[in-house]
Amino acid sequence: MSVAQVASSGSSASESAAEPEFLEGSEAIARAMISAGCRFFAGYPMTPFTEVLEAMAKHLPAQGGSCVNAESELEAVGMAWGAAATGTPAATGSTGQGLSLMQESLAEITYARLPLVVLNMARAQGDYFQATRGGGHGDYRHIVLAPKDVTEAVYLVQEAFHLAAIWRNPVLVMGDYYIAHTWQSVSTARIDFGPEPDRSWALDGATGGTGKAKLISPIADTKRGDDVGYDLAEFYGRRGAELDVMGREVQPRAETGFLEGADLVVVAYGTVAQYVREAVANLRADGAKVGYIRPITLYPFPTEVLRNAASSAKAFAVYENNRGQMIEDVMLSVMERADVRFIGGLSVDSSGFGIAPDLDVTSVRARIQTTLEEIS
Amino acid sequence: MTTRSLPIIESTSAPTQAAKLVDDFTPGLINQGAHHLCPGCGEPIAMRLIMEAVEELELAQKTIAIFGIGCYTAYSNNLDVEVLQALHGRAPSLATGVKRSLPDSLVLTVQGDGDMVNEGLQEVLHTMARGESVTCFLLNNGVFGETGGHMTAATVLGQRTKNSLEGRTAQEHGYPIVISDLIARLDGAAYVARGAVNTHTNVARTKKMVKEALAVQTAGLGGSFVEILTMCPTGWFVDTLDAPDYLNDNIEPIHRFGVVLDRSDDSRHHGAGR
Ligand SMILES: Cc1ncc(C[n+]2csc(CCOP(=O)(O)OP(=O)(O)O)c2C)c(N)n1
Ligand code: SF4
Ligand SMILES: [Mg+2]
Repeated sequence: MSVAQVASSGSSASESAAEPEFLEGSEAIARAMISAGCRFFAGYPMTPFTEVLEAMAKHLPAQGGSCVNAESELEAVGMAWGAAATGTPAATGSTGQGLSLMQESLAEITYARLPLVVLNMARAQGDYFQATRGGGHGDYRHIVLAPKDVTEAVYLVQEAFHLAAIWRNPVLVMGDYYIAHTWQSVSTARIDFGPEPDRSWALDGATGGTGKAKLISPIADTKRGDDVGYDLAEFYGRRGAELDVMGREVQPRAETGFLEGADLVVVAYGTVAQYVREAVANLRADGAKVGYIRPITLYPFPTEVLRNAASSAKAFAVYENNRGQMIEDVMLSVMERADVRFIGGLSVDSSGFGIAPDLDVTSVRARIQTTLEEIS
Repeated sequence: MTTRSLPIIESTSAPTQAAKLVDDFTPGLINQGAHHLCPGCGEPIAMRLIMEAVEELELAQKTIAIFGIGCYTAYSNNLDVEVLQALHGRAPSLATGVKRSLPDSLVLTVQGDGDMVNEGLQEVLHTMARGESVTCFLLNNGVFGETGGHMTAATVLGQRTKNSLEGRTAQEHGYPIVISDLIARLDGAAYVARGAVNTHTNVARTKKMVKEALAVQTAGLGGSFVEILTMCPTGWFVDTLDAPDYLNDNIEPIHRFGVVLDRSDDSRHHGAGR
């Protein structure tokens, strides 16, 4: 089926043909979520998240799901929490500020061991710490995925539902203005990630009155009836150990390029990395010894990939559209085996969330070139 | 303040047997009857009557109860209905997510006045305004009991709390929110009532309200809400035995007992969601 045919047949999310369709990123992400099984979504408008919410409101009811226009991000995450507790594949999201409002719940949802997909259609890249350190209280972690474009977003959003279900843990997908608004030819058909995990933990009311009614709580999974009750020290210890296992067993992922013989390795994630990769490719073509690493999982961070590169590279340059956040993870990975420099910086237009003026291959190339001269 | 000790039963002869437990009644759907809340606390009575109503309406196997954070949280792991523990203030939005996902379930929330009227006021207002088919219970004791007796938005004028030591005044602390009356103004609400557990007649009348509210949910008529005035002798700094009268004399004149709104006869009124 050609793109033109798809457009004229007015295909809906339910059809989600395997053939690519020409879609705006937000629409593609929404369709991918529905293909992945998402049946509950709640959100509150904020650019560039708004269009994902609009698309979910449009498509989800026809699939028997619910999309609720929440009163605020506090309620949006609460509603998604409730839906997730019933075993319904659920998602919410926002943009940095909205995610800030949700943090208390995101922390507790993690302790309560619930699967949830959260989108941060971020403005620039200032939310790296919020995403990877957890903006909320306590000892917890979320799996964080950072696509570079619409095609990868469609894949990772679907994988996020799978990872969330497997680990019973929130999974955060980082998008941005570019991913939300770029039109691209992309397939949003369901991707099979293997068998669906057990959902027998989910609430449906049926165990009431049996003497063994279920409890889903961020402070306990034991009840007074088992002569245990609340033991927060025990519970947090056990939950923390489960999170450690998740951090060890989720496969960290990165895209690499031109690492062979590279003296300088440039590290970037998300949309920004596409510009970096192009600049690195140009420099390589001109004979410069420069390579590239793009973390795809921000947590767990692809430490090994960076560490291996550090055994031969002299230096690392980190390009982020912020004042330097991921650079801390790069430093922790490289551990003084090589020099680590920051070559990024916040770049936003007057709206604060649109096109970044510095995101331009020539200007990125110039910064890398300067670093190459400094280290030679 | 008067102090009153437990009444002494006159006796002329020493007991012939050691004291023994003659009755150990644990209400159905409550796992362990003995509780760790203060003597004279009204919350266990409120929990019991809510659970008895669920049981008598044969709804136990459809029920999901969502708890806020306060002294009543002692019951979230002590019930034989399914429970989802929420954050302080956030139970109604979780209830919305549960009900939208499981439209045939019976969804109820348990919150205190600190939880509902302070921390999460917009949650309950919007949930009831939308007409979400859930039942929200407020255990109103006019204080943050759990933190040790602090003023809430529902604390009545004149009441002494740890942060209104000489009594709440409008000038210094502002006016209280009379929440049931506020909720009754919302189009989505189908049933709003205020009961109390300070006397056995009030307990019986409140249980009827609870049943009515649950029936409104089952019929899909819209949001249902029951406020239950509970005693908190500890947070009120009054003697345990004085607490029921204290409720009657100080709290009930502001938060009046009775059915505030009843649209259960209006079959055209219906709840949000599927
Ligand atoms: C975000 C947040 N702020 C504060 C608290 C501390 N806290 C725990 S219980 C409580 C008050 C509970 O009051 P209420 O809901 O009236 O219940 P009661 O103890 O009176 O039954 C507070 C403030 C908390 N748990 N979470
Ligand atoms: S502090 Fe008040 S509400 Fe809490 S258990 Fe004691 S009497 Fe009950
Ligand atoms: Mg209270």
